[in-house]
Amino acid sequence: MNSTTVIVGASLAGINAARTLRLQGQAGPIIVVDADPERPYDRPPLSKQMLTGEWEAEKILLPAGKEDLGLDFRLGVRAKGVDLGTRQITLENAGGSIETAAFDSLVIASGAAARRLPDSAGIAGVHVVRTLADSLALRAELDAGPSRVVVIGAGFIGAEVASSCRKRGLEVTLVEALPLPLERILGPEMGRVCAQVHIENGVDLRLGTGVLQLETAIVDGVERVAGVALTDGTTVAADIVVVGIGVTLNTDWLEGSGLTLEDGVVCDNTLLAAPGVVAAGDIARYPSARFGRMLRVEHWETAIAGGEAAARRLLADANGDTPQVFDPIPWFWSDQYDRKIQLAGRPMPTDQCVVVHGSTDEFRFVALYGDGDRLTGVLGMNRPRHVIQLRALFEEGASFSEACERAATL
Amino acid sequence: MRIVVDFDLCESNAVCMGIAPEIFEVRDDDFLYVLDENPPESMRAKIEESVQRCPKQAISIVED
Repeated sequence: MNSTTVIVGASLAGINAARTLRLQGQAGPIIVVDADPERPYDRPPLSKQMLTGEWEAEKILLPAGKEDLGLDFRLGVRAKGVDLGTRQITLENAGGSIETAAFDSLVIASGAAARRLPDSAGIAGVHVVRTLADSLALRAELDAGPSRVVVIGAGFIGAEVASSCRKRGLEVTLVEALPLPLERILGPEMGRVCAQVHIENGVDLRLGTGVLQLETAIVDGVERVAGVALTDGTTVAADIVVVGIGVTLNTDWLEGSGLTLEDGVVCDNTLLAAPGVVAAGDIARYPSARFGRMLRVEHWETAIAGGEAAARRLLADANGDTPQVFDPIPWFWSDQYDRKIQLAGRPMPTDQCVVVHGSTDEFRFVALYGDGDRLTGVLGMNRPRHVIQLRALFEEGASFSEACERAATL
Repeated sequence: MRIVVDFDLCESNAVCMGIAPEIFEVRDDDFLYVLDENPPESMRAKIEESVQRCPKQAISIVED
């Protein structure tokens, strides 16, 4: 392939797409664009080792970003628009100047940005954790020893930030609008277990309450957060507020491109979004035969696998090969306090959930999810061996009851 | 080739065990054990995949 590929997004999906293209035969230019000025880095430590201060930024650089792959990095450069007819992408440089680049094929891996609270712009002490700059800014404020951190949103980012703050000995209030944390992902039974983990680790957990508004004070001429007024009528004093309420997909530059945008870039089952255009990572929505619905997966491993698969999809066209179907088993982990939560599969919160090993009271167990007799999820807390072994059951096409039997033998 | 695991980095996600159970084993104590530190060349593809997929970049291959 002597053609030119533009990859929008230099994070896990984009960099792995670039690496795969180069290693598997693309000789032509590979331009990698990202609005983030940093060299490609790994995000999971941003809410953990980077916040606790255990690791420095150098340690989280992605190996693929350091390899000599002859990539044309355009970092600090934002994609503004794309014309799929003329094969031109419009880019905005850090200084605001606009340029265009021609491409033959395009990889869309522009990911997502952290959602922020409305009316919180410009208020000091209010943070999100999505980029390295976000993490370093929050860490600098944690170093100053705040008397209380309020974390809004008890999803995975919020839970990990709460955990990192507790490891630093800080007082933490964790606010969740839903009745239970992670209920939409893990269901109510496991949501209760996750809530208990926070409580056991000394977090002031406020469930079923939203944020009414941020209270601020003027400190040294700067408007700074002082507390959070909640919809249950209470107000929590806070020196620092961390907002973990999900993400907004970076699809604005694709508006009007002709691509189908529906909570992500809609692809076929090979990650192809249009001729010569593929998507990967958080932004790609693809049909999963395995789970019988369209999926958009924001997991670390899916970003790697998706980047590789998207690259192979482009190479298949160039080489006249049959494209491969992309339908991996979603899997992720989250480290909170001294607990490791791992989920393989994609359960619905209404699926049945059965603990097949260990006990939730000890926070060391494996639970299986099923929709009828279809296995939909394997959840483990501090049981990594079991989760990885049971994850293989998806490949084998095991039913829920077969999975329960197998779990008993581990 | 020789497999080197940085156990200060390893946090036992067991991804490597999923890819190459002949080489990597996370036991009941939640620690990773390398079953064969000098694996045969036939295992190279699986081990390289394990290196690539390790969430902590804790595994490396040293050529003898």
